[in-house]
Amino acid sequence: MTSLAPSMGFANPVFDSQQCFRAIMDAMARPGHILPLDGIAEPPAPLGPVAAAVAITLFDQDTPVWLDQSLAESPAVCGWLAFHSGARVIADFANARFAVVADPAQLPPITLFAVGSDRYPDRSTTLVLQVTALNDHGPRLTGPGIAGSARLGFEPLPPNFWDEITHNYALFPRGVDVILAGPQCLAALPRSTLAEAV
Amino acid sequence: MSASSTAPRHDPAYNFAFLDEQTKRMIRRAILKAIAIPGYQVPFASREMPMPYGWGTGGVQVTAAILGPDDRLKVIDQGADDTTNAVSIREFFRRTAGVETTERTDKATIIQTRHRIPEMALRDDQVLVYQVPIPEPLRFLEPRETETRTMHALKEYGLMHVKLYEDIAMHGHIATTYAYPVKVAGRYITDPSPTPKFDNPKMNRMPALQLFGAGREKRIYAIPPYTDVVSLDFEDHPFTVQKWDQPCDLCGAEDTFLDEMLTDDQGGRLFICSDSDHCNRRQTAGHHGSMTQDAAE
Repeated sequence: MTSLAPSMGFANPVFDSQQCFRAIMDAMARPGHILPLDGIAEPPAPLGPVAAAVAITLFDQDTPVWLDQSLAESPAVCGWLAFHSGARVIADFANARFAVVADPAQLPPITLFAVGSDRYPDRSTTLVLQVTALNDHGPRLTGPGIAGSARLGFEPLPPNFWDEITHNYALFPRGVDVILAGPQCLAALPRSTLAEAV
Repeated sequence: MSASSTAPRHDPAYNFAFLDEQTKRMIRRAILKAIAIPGYQVPFASREMPMPYGWGTGGVQVTAAILGPDDRLKVIDQGADDTTNAVSIREFFRRTAGVETTERTDKATIIQTRHRIPEMALRDDQVLVYQVPIPEPLRFLEPRETETRTMHALKEYGLMHVKLYEDIAMHGHIATTYAYPVKVAGRYITDPSPTPKFDNPKMNRMPALQLFGAGREKRIYAIPPYTDVVSLDFEDHPFTVQKWDQPCDLCGAEDTFLDEMLTDDQGGRLFICSDSDHCNRRQTAGHHGSMTQDAAE
């Protein structure tokens, strides 16, 4: 008989979520930096440990969340997120405050998510993208938070991803912000970052 | 995942760092959007804090949302660690979060400030949290929020240049000396909080993350590390900072922001560094000003 109870979240919600947030904040403030983060010990598959930690650090009843098909079809994932965050899962990604994508092939064009308005550019989606590897082999990044330039790459790469990031950059101050949740690490690509092929 | 210290060192009557977890999440989300849109003021659901508006409720909420048990906190008010506002906020976090506090700029991981930037250059592992009274740089030119928001959206900042021009027309120079408007990353005009314009150059490409919290006005904004921050000016009236024609009377520094202190009712006065930690350390290192010279002789 399988247990219906959701698996454990943070062992110590107050301190663990603070630690996770500081990693996210540092990543967002320093695009291209890859920060270590252990994440949740046993999240329900296919939700990864770091994406799960980011989710319950930032999501709650105020944040409608869109999940890609591989996550949305898992009752364990939906149950776990509902239990630990209380966030509503919605089907309309244009109204999502957060989106979690476990299978990069299922990533919609990112500027179809909420990009905010010129008056309220903060009313936009933060995309949490699960990746299997983060490295410095990708495009050259410049912009706020980067001294000189940095490079960031990851796998697996969704189709047209860097072209869409360039389009996203052109929308500034509107746009989507991306958190890349890797294995025991994370990085971020805020809308202010310009990515150019090397 | 486990925190390094699980035994509470803070007053157990409060959640860690006073705020409840849902409030922290709301503030944390606002901080992330603020970092992603440098200089843009993100609205947030500011809470009532156990101190009056004007005492740094915005800065306190930002600090509470980012603070962890391993952080070392420094709080300054007009540069000084030992003034009422700084002492009470430091005590607030010592009690509600049990964190270590320090007066040393170089030892702090988070520095909450009211109206100064420390003289010592900050590092990229530090966070500077500003207490902001009026976050909207255009507010005294245009009182309506709907209009200032549209002006930011359209990048329509002519009014601010008219204001600076009127300064020149009336006074012969740009007479704004504090809360001197800056342009962040070439996009948003931003209020650096009422820091003296002396501190504006330190904001440009600062390695530390700068976070701004305005509690009463319910806004959070940010300047990421290594971001271009330009003080507005004109080609024929370039931006300049204040200068003093004498060094600090305590430590002899010639490159710091000085406060004028009246010492009696006979016109006696001292000029001393507003950054008390910087001044103390210079004195400990053997630097003297006119006052301390006399005492040493």
